[in-house]
Formats: sequence, structure tokens, C-alpha cells
Amino acid sequence: MNETARNFPKDGVEADANAPLPIAVRDLTKRYGTVMAVDHISFTLKPGSTVALLGGNGAGKTTTIAMLLGLIRPTAGEVRVFGTDMGHDRYNVAQRMNFQSPYVDLPARLTVKENLKVYAELYGIANAAERIAYVAQHLQIEELLDRQTGKLSAGQKTRVGLAKALLNAPELLLLDEPTASLDPDTADRVRRKLKDYARGRNATLLLASHNMAEVERLADRVILLHAGRIIEDETPQALIESYGQRTLEDVFLDVVRGRNTGNVATQPESLAS
Amino acid sequence: MSVPEVIDTAEPVLLPPSGLHASLRRIGALVRRYMYLLRSSGVRIVELIYWPFLQMLTWGFLQKYLASTDNPYAQAAGVLIGSVLLWDILFRSKIGFSTTFIEEMWSRNLGSLLTSPLRPFELVAALSLWSIIRLSVGMVPVAIAAFIIFGFNLLDLGLALVAFFFVLVLTSWSLGLVAAGVILRYGLGAEELAWSMAFLLLPLCCVYYPVAILPDWLQPVALALPPTHVFEGMRSILLHNTFDPADLWWALGLNAIYLAAGYATFSWFLNSARENGTLLQLGE
Repeated sequence: MNETARNFPKDGVEADANAPLPIAVRDLTKRYGTVMAVDHISFTLKPGSTVALLGGNGAGKTTTIAMLLGLIRPTAGEVRVFGTDMGHDRYNVAQRMNFQSPYVDLPARLTVKENLKVYAELYGIANAAERIAYVAQHLQIEELLDRQTGKLSAGQKTRVGLAKALLNAPELLLLDEPTASLDPDTADRVRRKLKDYARGRNATLLLASHNMAEVERLADRVILLHAGRIIEDETPQALIESYGQRTLEDVFLDVVRGRNTGNVATQPESLAS
Repeated sequence: MSVPEVIDTAEPVLLPPSGLHASLRRIGALVRRYMYLLRSSGVRIVELIYWPFLQMLTWGFLQKYLASTDNPYAQAAGVLIGSVLLWDILFRSKIGFSTTFIEEMWSRNLGSLLTSPLRPFELVAALSLWSIIRLSVGMVPVAIAAFIIFGFNLLDLGLALVAFFFVLVLTSWSLGLVAAGVILRYGLGAEELAWSMAFLLLPLCCVYYPVAILPDWLQPVALALPPTHVFEGMRSILLHNTFDPADLWWALGLNAIYLAAGYATFSWFLNSARENGTLLQLGE
């Protein structure tokens, strides 16, 4: 093979201050007929940040993530990932990102190792065997590698999905309910792995979750969506304080039930030029 | 769950995502996956041979019966097995393309594929290549069986057979692309289309009878279909030992148009699925 290999930055490497932002979203809108799923939202994510998208069912979290991935075309607005317009040049950055979602599966009849091998090739990983072994060890799925993916429990499938998402060591990782179906012990370990991963590589994480404890633990910023609009954009602690609550879950309940409003400034971070 | 010591090594060495090598690698990855799928089920391999074999047996015995009578159509009946085998190339190749695509949807894998560096044309190329591999697995044993049981040698068609094969396979890809696009946009409810679409061609492309038998107004429609030229050519070789290559050039030219139209249709439906948000809702 005459292709030149490229390595991702090693652990602890600082991001170039002039590098384009991992995510820059401006006036992003998705309308299905008369239903406004996402309503003119704007936000940016800094390199190395972990940001949670929170909201009730139908708030627009999954649609937003799908638009960031290029699976859904926005009605209006712009999504840039590492400076690349996802509407036109998605393939320029596809290798630098990855995602995991309960809405997608890996083929059930293939073994876990076969599935990971295929995705390693799709993402252009030259040292696939070594990388699969490493990720499997990292997520403790080594004993599952030779089992058919369809015969795994929901929790095991979630971990395998995460393994696929980490194969290419993405600089940007989009996670939809990353610990869904995991028992508390395993979920806790997975969260720790994700946190270590983000910190070690200065990777950017955007996660949609209903698990408030998870968000409090992982995210350094929360974007709260309601009816497709951003109604809060702050650190978890600032949100809790502004709503006079003790936990993020209480804040969430206040917001979705319309009981209270915070006094946090909700100006989204300005977009990168 | 125990917590083993994790050795923090194995940086992924990433190859360039663009260029011919990258495309070939991704196409190869998908074909490898389809191979894994086929290997995972012996029933699937048997099924690839089962239907073409039954078809060949049925028409082969009919041909044998007609040949043993004084029926004036006995001579024409000699081409029945040839017709069946060539029709199966078109039909099985189309089914191979469509069912492999449907399988991606059944397994809810399309979302992962379409967010990876895989380009849509690479997915189409992998499906096309796989349809030929599936076809070979099914048709080669059946063609050999036709020779052993009925003495029909498909290779008697000579070099024209290679051209016939490509014309039929190219047509099957055009049909497969349209079916895949419709399923992508409208979901698995449109799955029936994948199975039935090729049958639309059956009466029009004159598999078992000459074009001249059709009403005058329908003949131009039949001649606008590439497979018609294949079946006419096959009859001409087997019955009169003559063959006009110009017919094949026509068929190849028509195929180029249909293939371009098929890919455009697939791309249009894919864009429409992105527009309507159906890519996230696909699956069983």
C-alpha cells in the first residue's frame, strides 16, 4: 500500500488555538411540515469540552445530533465541524469524528470482531487488529469479540457500539444516550473511560442524555433544549444555582414542567469566524 | 465486572480518507462484511442455488418433452433452458443487489455506514460487486447441472455469453438502484418492490418468445430494454447460428443510460431521505 499513514495527536497534546472549532452551529433549523423540530439554534463547542444536550422527549436532541452527523439535512442554518460545512464537504472530516446511538445497530449475524474489523477498514485504520484489541480491553469486551453481535445483551451491545465509536480515536465524539441499558456499575466505568478519553486526547464530546447524574459528572456545559429551542446554555453548577435547586434533575423537571425559570444569561457562545 | 489493567497503547494509524486506494479499501470492507454474512448461514448458500436449480429443472423437462414430440415448436423449445439461465442472471443479480441493501436496513446499520467515511457510490459499487459474487455462487453450479442433466452447454453461446452476462448484470444494477432508492425513502414498506420490479420486465423483454410476437406498438418499448437484445441474440445463435454484434452495442448503450438514470434516482431518494429524516428511522 503506498498510502501515507497519519497519526492522531498523542495524549495530552494541546489544541492549536487557531484551529477551527470542533462544532459551530448557526441558526440551525429543522422543520417537518408544520412541526418545528429544531428552531434556529446556535452554539459552538471548544476543543476538549464535554457538552450535554438535555431536553425532554421531542425536544430536538436527536435531530440536532443527526444534523451534526449529516444524516438529516437542515431546513436552514449551517453546521461546521472542524471548519468544514457538513452540508457539502462531510467526507473531509468523517474520519475525525464518530458516534454512537441506540438508533443504530451493528449487523446481528456478524461477530463483534468481524463488525469492528469492517468499521476499522471503513475508517482507514491501518493497525486494525492492534486497535481492536486495545479498544476491546479498554471497554472490557474482550470476551465478547467472538460472539455474534445479535446474541449480546442490550448493555453489551451498548459497549460494543462504544468500541466502534472509539476505534478511530475520534477528535469529536457524538453520543446519544451513551450508557443506556448499562447497569449502574458498568455505566459508571464507561463514564470514567469516556472522561479519561476526552481528557487524555483533548477530544470534544457532545452527548444527549436523560441521565442527569451522568451529565453532572461528565459535562462541563449543558445546553438545555425545549421544543427545539435552546433555553439554557451554562455549566451544570451554574444552572443548579440559578434555579435554586440541589440537582440537575430538579432543574430539568422545573424546565420541562414550566415551574420556574433560571436567571442565567442564555446567550450562546459566539460563533467562530 | 473485574477491572483489568489497561495498557494505554495502540494509537490508530489512520490512512488517507480520499483517493482511489481509500475507495477500494472501503468497497473491500463492505464486500468482506457481506462475505461474513453469507458465511454465517449455510441456509443462505443453499438458497442461492435452490431457486435457479428448480427453474432449470422445470424448463429443462418441458424442453425435453417438447423435443420428443412432433410439435412444430419443438425446435424452438431447445432454447428454453438458455432463456431460463439468462433470465436468472438478470433476476438473481437484481435480487442480490436489493436484498443486500435491504439487509443493511434490517440490521439498522445504515446510519453508521452513512456517517462513516464511506461514500454512497462506494456503497453502490460494493453492492454491485457482491451481486456478481452471489450470482456466481448460485449460477455456476446450476449451469453445470444443466449440462449434466440436459446436455445444455451455456458455453455454446461462445464469446457472446460474456457480453450477454454484462448486459444483463448492468440492467439488474439499474433496477437495483431504483429499488434501493425507493426503499431508502419510503422504508421497508416498499420492500415488495425489490422483489417484484424485475418481473415487470419479464413480458416486455421477450425472454421466451421473439419480439415479433408482440403487437407493433409494443415492439419499440421492448427494443428499448437492453435484455431484449440479449434474448433475441441468444435465440439467433442457438436457432440460426448467426448473431449481429450491433445488437449488443445497442444494448450496452441503453444500459449506460439506464445505469446513469438508476444512480441519479438512488441519489435523489437518498437526498430526499436526508431531507425527511427517514435515515434515522430505518430498520425493523
